[in-house]
Amino acid sequence: MSANASAAPRPSTEPAVEIVGVGKVFPGRRGAGVTALEDVSLQIEAGEFVSLIGPSGCGKSTMLRLIADLDAPSSGTVNVFGKPARQARLDQDYGIAFQQAGLLPWRTVRENIELPLQLHGAGRAARRARADELIELVGLGDFGDKHPDQLSGGMQQRVAIARSLVESPRLLLMDEPFGALDEMTRERMQTELARLRAETGAAVVFVTHSIPEAVYLSDRVVVMSPRPGRIVRLLDMRLGSAQERTDALREDEHFFERVSAVREALHGDAVASVQGKEAR
Amino acid sequence: MSAAASRPWVRILAPIVLGLLVLALWQGAVVALKIQPFVLPGPIAIGTQFGLRAPFVLNAALITALNALIGLVIGTVGAAIAAAVAASLRVLDELSAPIVTAASVIPIVSLAPALYTMFGADAQTARVLIAALAAFVPVYFNTLRGLRMAAPIHRDLMRSYAASSGQALRAVTLPGAVPYFFTGVRIASSLAVISALIAEDFGGPIKGLGTAITTAVSSSNYPLAWAFVLGAIITGLVFYGATLVLETAATWHRVSA
Repeated sequence: MSANASAAPRPSTEPAVEIVGVGKVFPGRRGAGVTALEDVSLQIEAGEFVSLIGPSGCGKSTMLRLIADLDAPSSGTVNVFGKPARQARLDQDYGIAFQQAGLLPWRTVRENIELPLQLHGAGRAARRARADELIELVGLGDFGDKHPDQLSGGMQQRVAIARSLVESPRLLLMDEPFGALDEMTRERMQTELARLRAETGAAVVFVTHSIPEAVYLSDRVVVMSPRPGRIVRLLDMRLGSAQERTDALREDEHFFERVSAVREALHGDAVASVQGKEAR
Repeated sequence: MSAAASRPWVRILAPIVLGLLVLALWQGAVVALKIQPFVLPGPIAIGTQFGLRAPFVLNAALITALNALIGLVIGTVGAAIAAAVAASLRVLDELSAPIVTAASVIPIVSLAPALYTMFGADAQTARVLIAALAAFVPVYFNTLRGLRMAAPIHRDLMRSYAASSGQALRAVTLPGAVPYFFTGVRIASSLAVISALIAEDFGGPIKGLGTAITTAVSSSNYPLAWAFVLGAIITGLVFYGATLVLETAATWHRVSA
């Protein structure tokens, strides 16, 4: 397994995520199970932004759920910061956001962001201060006392992202968080996520359908294929540090070149040249 | 047309005008067609009786309403507890589901004679119990449904936060069930009034609305009977309105996000 040899000037901490020989079979009717993942191995460094991309049914969301310990693997091991995924979940080592914002509609924006802190016993004043900090961070300054039904889809998703960041996790798991947004909101959210990530230095595992989104945001893109879910390729992006990921990048030549590389890998073209590494 | 319909005063005024029109037609028909009061009294006769006998109507309405209210509270509390137990113990739910379903199709007022024998017709116990039983069913089913409604994404979130089952219950399940509970209460409120009122028709020296209507009819005072019916309608509307306000308050900001 390539441990990404070129992992440049990063603090030499343990990897954020270490997936070794993982398979996941969902029990189906009449005993015939559905193989969602088969013998997948992947290592994600601390502070690294990795996108999982592939067609529906390639197991990318399943993989995220295994890292989050929302599901258990059928075989193999998933470690997060050197601990079993279950322990990492119990230790609250990650924050998570889904395609749906999943806000509690009876709570205000601030109360929604405070939820994880509240569950983990933080004091009222500390909770409020931290929530206000995040409300500012995601640009929802005036909306702290609003309820989710008073916000647009993009704003709700910002609240969900703020909630995932509220405990300053070193790992952020995101399952198509911008999937339900319109293209313009989506690009703006991507730019903001790049900024947030630069500010927090967290590792991110990002599931997406969108090639440009994956290329724009990621240090590495993991290309997956379905039936059974496997990793086809690992592609380095390295389009500059997070601070340099501005909208100008979207029109950069390297950006288009990387987009083509991912597309070719996705479509299984043998032509796919470049520095893509074989997964296995 | 659509522009006019969207104006608030039109929306409020239109039904009032329609209502007055219907009343005028009614009165006109009663006078013009010489309809006998035992068939249908005119609205003016009913209104006059209602005005003259207002204290009696109010008194009767209060007796019936009190039975309905106590029954509604007992039925609602019982149903909420039963739903909570059924939601947490699946076995119990499976055991009781057929019984509760059967209970939901029983015309509960038909139990009145049996309950009168058990508790005595002169005590309010039987009528309160009937209202409680009628209220139980919708509250139970709606609350149970609400408790089962926790969205998968919220369950995932609670798991990702390593929340205990008690925490998940307080943070997600209970608040999520509140609107369903109040919808059940709103449905139950009308049933409680109807049941308490009809139960009076099975006997007992009660001065409630049901008894009052029967008594007025048997003494051929049809406009008075209708005045008591009007009192019953108003009682039902008050119950419905009050519980609707509760429901609306509980579902405020509840559009799922």
